[in-house]
Amino acid sequence: MSAPVITANLLTKKYKEVAAVDGISFEVAPGESFGLLGPNGAGKSTTMRMVGAVSTRTSGDLSILGLDPNDHGPEVRSQLGVVPQQDNLDMELRVRDNLIVYGRYFGIPNKTAGKKADELLEFAQLSDRAKAKVDDLSGGMKRRLTIARSLMNEPRILLLDEPTTGLDPQARHILWDRLFRLKEQGTTLVLTTHYMDEAEQLCDRLVVVDKGTIMAEGAPAALIRQYSTREVVEVRFGSDRNAEVAERIRGIGERIEVLPDRILIYSENGEAELQKITEMGLEPITSLVRRSSLEDVFLRLTGRSLIE
Amino acid sequence: MTDSTGSRQTTATLQTAERALAAGVKPRKYGSWYVAEHRIRSMRSYFQTIIATSIGNPLVYLFALGVGLASLVDKSQVGQGVAGVGYLAFVAPALLATAAVTVAGEEATYPMMMGFKWNPIFYGMNAAPISGNQIVNGMTIAILARMLPTAVLYFVVMVLFGAVPSTLGIVSVFSAVLTGLAVALVIMSYTSRIEEDKGQMAMIMRFGILPMFLFSGTFFPLTQLPVYLQWIGWISPLWHGTELGRVLSYGMAEPTWLTVVHVAYLGALCFFGWKITQRVVTRRLNK
Repeated sequence: MSAPVITANLLTKKYKEVAAVDGISFEVAPGESFGLLGPNGAGKSTTMRMVGAVSTRTSGDLSILGLDPNDHGPEVRSQLGVVPQQDNLDMELRVRDNLIVYGRYFGIPNKTAGKKADELLEFAQLSDRAKAKVDDLSGGMKRRLTIARSLMNEPRILLLDEPTTGLDPQARHILWDRLFRLKEQGTTLVLTTHYMDEAEQLCDRLVVVDKGTIMAEGAPAALIRQYSTREVVEVRFGSDRNAEVAERIRGIGERIEVLPDRILIYSENGEAELQKITEMGLEPITSLVRRSSLEDVFLRLTGRSLIE
Repeated sequence: MTDSTGSRQTTATLQTAERALAAGVKPRKYGSWYVAEHRIRSMRSYFQTIIATSIGNPLVYLFALGVGLASLVDKSQVGQGVAGVGYLAFVAPALLATAAVTVAGEEATYPMMMGFKWNPIFYGMNAAPISGNQIVNGMTIAILARMLPTAVLYFVVMVLFGAVPSTLGIVSVFSAVLTGLAVALVIMSYTSRIEEDKGQMAMIMRFGILPMFLFSGTFFPLTQLPVYLQWIGWISPLWHGTELGRVLSYGMAEPTWLTVVHVAYLGALCFFGWKITQRVVTRRLNK
């Protein structure tokens, strides 16, 4: 195995006395696609800013590409591509100029930056918008432009903070497709998300983060195997009856979770469990058998849902 | 076996680190200039306004004051003018410094606040290898890049109006720019920390720049004001800049120590404004 490109050891960030990130440790291998999954406020973005060498850690060790970002901020950042949670494109400049000025920050000569910008506009499917004003782009296009911008310096590591939040499903799929291509080309991806499907799609390995600490670590499929059953039955009896019914069906499946709007029954065979319920004379308003997902892992680990 | 893997690992890390160290050299050295380049590129979008105001302003002011007001003042002060010179020559250095201060008022307010807020480009720069200090430097260079041509153009129009008796007058371009720079950096040390726009920019213009313009010995010598208002002039960078400009432009008589105070005061405002802004910006980026 080659040396990790990111090593975090007991990484901590405190604001006054409150720890936003509370002693987390992880490693990311070159070419790996690594995710931080957790609800809003879990400390993912703070972690990303520390890894991005713009936020100074309170304690712990952090090494990016063999350098300590405290001592070598600009050097570390010269090797990163950053897609922040909130687009910070320059609204006063046109699409292509946004890429060029950004390239200049890395010391790329004007001419080279222009060529690179054209290539990346092609990659981001924005060539026909090169001269458009940034304000006139759709949310998905702005996101793609931000990704194109983050690639101007041919980064070793690409940091994506909630890359598809706020995008419609079609725009998300286009974006995922672009990220897949980067992954195929060997770019190391580090992304945060509170979308389990995104984490499952894009991450080779991930950590589940809650309240600034790591709850679990592994490949998406392994995490699901470890912390959940193969299938889940979701039944709804109406919000006033769910709790009561849950009591009656205790014992069905391996584990039951009662949420305000539905009951989840964890089992290796969902259909069989659902049949047991109907045999008891209970008729759910709606029922669904599905495969376990990272959402279930998160629920198991924290007792809470990812999206609240 | 482990040994060779270990050393391979080390070599790979070293190469990676070396590559990063090499890539950091240019941004560390020229980062401020890249920021300035970005800002100047943005100015292009209002380039026509910049040109129109830099040519229009001196024409309008010098015409109104030089041909209009000056004829009135000079008639009533027959033979002595104001402070011993014609009114136009008296007022021109003040207008020149004011032109630089006006640029400061535009470029040090909204662009500085916007960079964190409505058009948060500073965060983007900082995610690239650019540091907070370099952002401040670059913004300052960009302000200078607009201020200097503005002052030069103003000066040319002044010469055309015959408002610059002394050949040393050309140096007043730089005293004006120094004045504008001092005002810009002081404003930036404040606007860089604004989290929310509650009309502070309008306040700066109304209660900062405008009174400074009116009470800095611009249109009449500061000594004409009652003593209890003269302090406005003493703390006003515009007064110091204007007096400096008058010394250069028509050889206004004042003690040498006072001329030194003008330069030192403006220099000190620049220095502290610059340092404080750098601190504020660096802290604000590092969250």
